[in-house]
Amino acid sequence: MATATLKPAVAVAPVPVPLKAVAPWAVFGALLFVVVLYFVGAEQGATALVSGHEVHEFVHDGRHLLGFPCH
Amino acid sequence: MMMGRLLSRGMLAGVFAALLAFVFARVFGEPQVNLAIAYEAAQAALANEPPEPELISRGVQAGWGLLTATVLYGAAYGGVFAIVFSCVYGRFSRLCARPLALWLAVICCVVAVVVPGLKYPPNPPAVGDPETIGVRTAAYFIMLGLSFCSAMIGVVIARHFAPRLGYWNANVLGVLLYGVLIAGLSALLPDVSEVPADFPAQVLWHFRESALGMQLVLWAALGLVYGALAERVLEPARA
Repeated sequence: MATATLKPAVAVAPVPVPLKAVAPWAVFGALLFVVVLYFVGAEQGATALVSGHEVHEFVHDGRHLLGFPCH
Repeated sequence: MMMGRLLSRGMLAGVFAALLAFVFARVFGEPQVNLAIAYEAAQAALANEPPEPELISRGVQAGWGLLTATVLYGAAYGGVFAIVFSCVYGRFSRLCARPLALWLAVICCVVAVVVPGLKYPPNPPAVGDPETIGVRTAAYFIMLGLSFCSAMIGVVIARHFAPRLGYWNANVLGVLLYGVLIAGLSALLPDVSEVPADFPAQVLWHFRESALGMQLVLWAALGLVYGALAERVLEPARA
């Protein structure tokens, strides 16, 4: 937070976020993305981790409208 | 901790955008889903098939189910959007937070929704053979992955040629490369043609319109809201 003391003028050039700071959060975000997209978009369709049809039926309308193949 | 704040704001903006998209889908999408289900039921009755048992009521599917799916989808894309934004901001682009967020939302919507949707458009219930769900799901996610990868290659090439060609020409080259790559790669994927012959064209069209509209609402709101939130984190003097 070195910028806090500087009070930069409004026309300051954007300062990039260091990639080292982005990396761990990027891994976390990507994992979350894959898991969520799988459960919303594919679980109990082509493949199933949980038996039954409840997950599929619950997100049914969302799956259709968000563009995933549903059944 | 700045990155944590950027990511959490991305997911928050995604949830908010998803709430707006839910309202849109509820108003414009659900009537088409219901028409498609009515067609499906009529076809089953004609074939003397017993009606499918309702595991989860239509009311729950169109309400809490749709809301949950949309909010999870919004939060997931909001998070990824924040990560892409954090990599691009000040590094690949000199734009300030708000215009950059809106531009990125446009690009992400094209790469993640519009282009995959041109190959495999959203389908209402009653369209699609349950026997082929495995192939269609695989093809859809491969298309999504190819679109992401082609966009990544476009960015890398644009970055590489920027010093030699200038920013404008290099960016045009990057977009062109993305278009050529994804057009060529998607032609290799199988075509799906499973709309029943007598399925009402009007319902199919309106359903796809509302599915696209829902995504436009989601990405527009995500870009606008995230820009304002990221500005407070990155450019406190401006906010």
